[in-house]
Amino acid sequence: MVVDETPSEVVDEVFRALADSTRRDILRRCATDEPSVSGLAQAYPMSFAAVQKHVAVLERAGLVVKVRRGREQLVHTDVAAVERARQALDELEATWRGRVERMSNVLATGVTK
Amino acid sequence: MTITSVDTDYDSLTTTLVADFDNPIDQVWELWSDPRKLERWWGPPGYPATVEKHALTPGGEVTYFLTGPEGDRSWGLWRVTSVDPPTSLQFTDAFADSDGAPLEDSPVSVISVRLLKHEGGTRMEIRMTFETREDMDRIVDMGTVEGLKQGVAQMRGLLAP
Repeated sequence: MVVDETPSEVVDEVFRALADSTRRDILRRCATDEPSVSGLAQAYPMSFAAVQKHVAVLERAGLVVKVRRGREQLVHTDVAAVERARQALDELEATWRGRVERMSNVLATGVTK
Repeated sequence: MTITSVDTDYDSLTTTLVADFDNPIDQVWELWSDPRKLERWWGPPGYPATVEKHALTPGGEVTYFLTGPEGDRSWGLWRVTSVDPPTSLQFTDAFADSDGAPLEDSPVSVISVRLLKHEGGTRMEIRMTFETREDMDRIVDMGTVEGLKQGVAQMRGLLAP
């Protein structure tokens, strides 16, 4: 779980974790399902070790949680952590939509032809 | 003016907004290069901006404050990384103290603007991202940015007869 007091090295891990398409795909799968690491490994054209490494990056960033069930390691997404990233970009977008609308007002009123 | 597209790219954690204006490129550039025009659109409704320092040069700074309904002020600072009038501008934007020094815990957004002549008018492309994931979290925590609702309300105001 990512908390606000997380040291900056760790939050940078989150930033890096989200910037890879395989890892984002793993996040999507693990948000609706709770696959095992070996189950995930079968879904990608890469080695078990490579997939395990991606999961480890996501886990270190606090975006997925691993739980042991019997002999298996199940992975699920921390949806709240992922949602924060989306929310931040949405907020920035809303700010700039407002600004662009106001620019349009300034151009409409401030220009004499 | 039309907002032509808004795309969020989760590879680079970047949102890109494209808007088309009927006005010539020099007029659109003046929205950025003329501090008196900049302050007419930078602040959210109810929080007009006053631009103090305005040095649109590489390494230059733009300082401003927003005045709230209670007369309260909050300061902000751009650091200009590159500029090429009238086609491109890159800067970071952060909260500052009243001396114009960036606040240590301020979220920092990274803004890149490109203007180009397009179909008799001007196309403006704004790419926005954050310096780090931590900056993203701060934006969410502080709730400093205006909502989409305000943008829509203003749009209605524009369209009203």
